[in-house]
Amino acid sequence: MTDTSINTQSLSAENDAQFSDYFALLKPRVMTLVVFTAFVGLLAAPNAVHPFVGFCAILFIAIGGGASGALNMWWDADIDAVMKRTQRRPIPSGKVTGDEAFAIGMALSAFSVVFLGLATNWFAAGLLAFTIFFYVVIYTMWLKRWTPQNIVIGGAAGAFPPMIGWAAATGGVSVESVLMFCLTFMWTPPHFWALALFMRKDYDNADVPMLTVTHGRRATRNHILVYTVLLAILAVAAGFTSIGGPVYIVTSVVLNAMFLVGAYRIWRRDEDMSEEDNFLAERKFFKLSLLYLFAHFGAILIEAGLDKIGVWG
Amino acid sequence: MSLSKQHELHERRYGRNVGVGLVLVGLIAIVFGLTVVKVTRGDYETPATTSVSQ
Repeated sequence: MTDTSINTQSLSAENDAQFSDYFALLKPRVMTLVVFTAFVGLLAAPNAVHPFVGFCAILFIAIGGGASGALNMWWDADIDAVMKRTQRRPIPSGKVTGDEAFAIGMALSAFSVVFLGLATNWFAAGLLAFTIFFYVVIYTMWLKRWTPQNIVIGGAAGAFPPMIGWAAATGGVSVESVLMFCLTFMWTPPHFWALALFMRKDYDNADVPMLTVTHGRRATRNHILVYTVLLAILAVAAGFTSIGGPVYIVTSVVLNAMFLVGAYRIWRRDEDMSEEDNFLAERKFFKLSLLYLFAHFGAILIEAGLDKIGVWG
Repeated sequence: MSLSKQHELHERRYGRNVGVGLVLVGLIAIVFGLTVVKVTRGDYETPATTSVSQ
């Protein structure tokens, strides 16, 4: 064997992974939500945290979220290769191997949990470890390919960051942190089901038991409406706890009214109507859902800021 | 091949190497910063022994 024949695969230019490919394993877009909600959870907590410790806490929570994303990509590489939305991810595109993704995911999981424990407290670290376990093992490996309620359960994993942020500051849980968890948890199903309605071919091809595939599109529309009603009640109710206030209540009432109208429009439509305008109402609802969550957590953040400078007394 | 010539592989992986280098520098900065914060605010001070007068 000559030197030039060694490991020729890793030397080939077209499949050479750049740093950005490894970073893409951490699902940066999902990470933005994790960072933002964890930051809100940390700031809304009654205890003050040293700014540098707070920064590190958010960073480690983000890395933990990213690690679970890498492990999700490692396990779901077969599904990602089939779905149009995910075909360009690092593993299906051949930039990064599954083994590399697994190693990065495991290493970053351990790193993030240990460092969050050292920087803040071990309760927050335990909660982060549980979140990674929940997302990777319970959701990705077990429930995603087994039940049409996969999105509902998977939503729980994405809902933990504000609770972890709160725990990093206080060392525990409270009604407020559970409500922040519930906000994301109840928001996830209508958000993803709306996506599944207009990205329908993807989930059909990947053989993932999405509600649209197993129970039909009519049932999905019904589910979106029911979850949106429950979400609206919960979201507005959160305004009457210590994380709420006038800014939050106004934001929540307006956005929930818009969200309910959107869900009602989706519920009222059938497939022919949706096909006619290329799923316009479903696409609008999906876009609104992104604003919905960011605005709610943004309002909690504003309330926390106003509270800290003593605006409401 | 002379030792001074840059191999094409090094040029191609320059970005990746710089990225890993920055991550490592960032890690050092974080560990250092956390240590400074924790030591200066007294997280590692031994609790003072108090004598109870009777």
